[in-house]
Amino acid sequence: MKKPAGLDIDAILDDSGTRIIVCCGSGGVGKTTTAAALGLRAAERGRSAVVLTVDPARRLAQAMGLTELDNTPRRIVEYESGGELHAMMLDMKRTFDEIIEAHADPERARQILSNPFYQSLSSSFAGTQEYMAMEKLGQLRRSDEWDLIIVDTPPSRSALDFLDAPERLGRFLDGRFIRLLTAPAKAGGRSAFRLFNAGFGLVAGMLTKLLGAQVIKDLQTFVSALDAVFGGFRQRAERTYQLLQSPGTAFLVVAAPERDAMREASYFVERLAEERMPLAGLVVNRVHESPAATLSGVRSAAAAEDLQARGEHELTAAVLRLHTGKMQLAAREHREQDHFVTAHPTVPIAQVPAMSEDVHDLDGLRRIGELLAKA
Amino acid sequence: MDSRDTDWDGVRLHVVTGKGGTGKTTVAAALALALAAGGRKVLLVEVEGRQGIAQIFDLPPLPYEERRIAVAPGGGDVYALAVDPEEAMLDYLEMFYGMRRAGRALTKLGVLDFATTIAPGFRDVLVTGKTTEAVRRRDKNGERVYDAVVLDAPPTGRITRFLNVTEEVAGLAKVGPIKNHSDLVRGVVKSPETAVHFVTLLEEMPVQETLDGLDELREAGLPPGGVFINMVREPLFPQPVLDQAVKGRFDSAELVAGLEAAGLATGSDAKALAEALTEEVVEHARRTETEREERRTLDAAARPTYELPLLADGVDLAGLYELAESIRTQGAA
Repeated sequence: MKKPAGLDIDAILDDSGTRIIVCCGSGGVGKTTTAAALGLRAAERGRSAVVLTVDPARRLAQAMGLTELDNTPRRIVEYESGGELHAMMLDMKRTFDEIIEAHADPERARQILSNPFYQSLSSSFAGTQEYMAMEKLGQLRRSDEWDLIIVDTPPSRSALDFLDAPERLGRFLDGRFIRLLTAPAKAGGRSAFRLFNAGFGLVAGMLTKLLGAQVIKDLQTFVSALDAVFGGFRQRAERTYQLLQSPGTAFLVVAAPERDAMREASYFVERLAEERMPLAGLVVNRVHESPAATLSGVRSAAAAEDLQARGEHELTAAVLRLHTGKMQLAAREHREQDHFVTAHPTVPIAQVPAMSEDVHDLDGLRRIGELLAKA
Repeated sequence: MDSRDTDWDGVRLHVVTGKGGTGKTTVAAALALALAAGGRKVLLVEVEGRQGIAQIFDLPPLPYEERRIAVAPGGGDVYALAVDPEEAMLDYLEMFYGMRRAGRALTKLGVLDFATTIAPGFRDVLVTGKTTEAVRRRDKNGERVYDAVVLDAPPTGRITRFLNVTEEVAGLAKVGPIKNHSDLVRGVVKSPETAVHFVTLLEEMPVQETLDGLDELREAGLPPGGVFINMVREPLFPQPVLDQAVKGRFDSAELVAGLEAAGLATGSDAKALAEALTEEVVEHARRTETEREERRTLDAAARPTYELPLLADGVDLAGLYELAESIRTQGAA
């Protein structure tokens, strides 16, 4: 395998200038585990860290002692050095509700919260989760209670979703169409016609056809209520964007040494560069290495065949076949990583060996943290 | 067309879901091949815009149209469709209002972007709508156009919401065109013509998600299908050897002798190599033990299970056919 630069995790964790670490990558590569392990290690090294996780696996949540989804950080451990680890699970609907409640008078808040459109939007709109994760990140950062925030991005079909979705939701809530829909209500139905002439009638008619009149009406009510409470959803999204671009942020792309995950990691690295977001490096989880790597897969396979042909040492032949498989897997994983290194030779990489069991407790997380730092 | 019995006779919409990384798209593709075998016509649909089907079949990106992508064993065709929500909306406008051209014009204004991206659940309804339309479609002789449709669906965590989106839309739009459209979708998705299959690995998290997913389906009244256990390794050792190895007991003296006999190493080198290999065996045994436990956990769910072999060379076209064959032998198609 080509030699990429090593990723010095401890240097990132120890740098007091690092205020936010974002773990991103495609689904199923161990992002949440990585985020939790980093948080624990940071705490051990004296940082006051909080891990913001989105929809973690039940066992992992239990490993961190998180049983409730209550949207507030809870202390997991505390060290004599002053380091501590907090963790929280994002409740996106609650986060959304809280924004509304904080910005609207009680009557208006009630109106918004009970609108069917709001209920759908706040609990199921693709992108709300991403938006709320970013919103929560902004809140945690502004509170300044922790000197390091580690955020695990929502499980989405593609790693890029979390960068785009907030912007999409912001654009929606703040967008031209919403303005178009609300304009008649505000100006007695005249201005929109002047502005858009026949266009508006066509658009409104079409939307009514598509969505039905009741939906449009609910939407209008919802949007004008929301609009009065706080404009600038997009501005909020932009502020978070800027926060992510600031030098105190470190992006860690997480992947597994498989084709799809590595390809996704590649896209993400390119996208981060495009957006001028600070990439710290790539973490490759679940890497298979053999303790007997001196014996090549080819020799091992040939010897197994030889023993079998001679009809002796059946057990040794089985061990050699197992080893052959391991070496083949390792070789394939190396190839997948090589593609990445060739395309992005300057990106530092940390590899974490595959474990035979899932992480169940803080000790498991600590071990992963050690492996990350050693890589 | 052959007429052997399979576990899913009568099912025409196979929804395939699974946790990320379990090989959901691979299994969906292999299932489509298996269902098409022997002269049937099957449509494989993907909905997440990742062009996973094209990658697996080693094709250039698929356009938004149904096209033949593979020939199944014994004749039979697999068609593929990558659903694009915006195009699906134009279809919808055409189908219900005959207004595709007006729709095109409005695309420029961003109206369609607005409606597909924004209106909650609407996007999913369009996508599932397109899929169920293919399930129901008949040719001019009144024959079904496709014998089966396989949907490479969103991951386990989102599947119930995705399929049940018609409910959410129904809550939002009590009357009107969306309501009618989603009722049509629901008619197919909740019928015995549909089965929702899960792809899992013998690992803790995917198995747990599968069980959670099955519970959610049951609660939502959606029809559960089978569980496809993917990437299953062939047993290399007799169970007693594994049982001993789990406890850290493994006959390395025999291994040293074997390595020497094979001419791989001698003396202290053979001993060192045997030690390193023993480490591998113990790790393998622990893992196998975990897999057995996970298999027991899955058994408790009492769904039909199918085991698909781990492909030594990764997934390629030949591997897909191998998986399809395995699916057929086990009676899933």
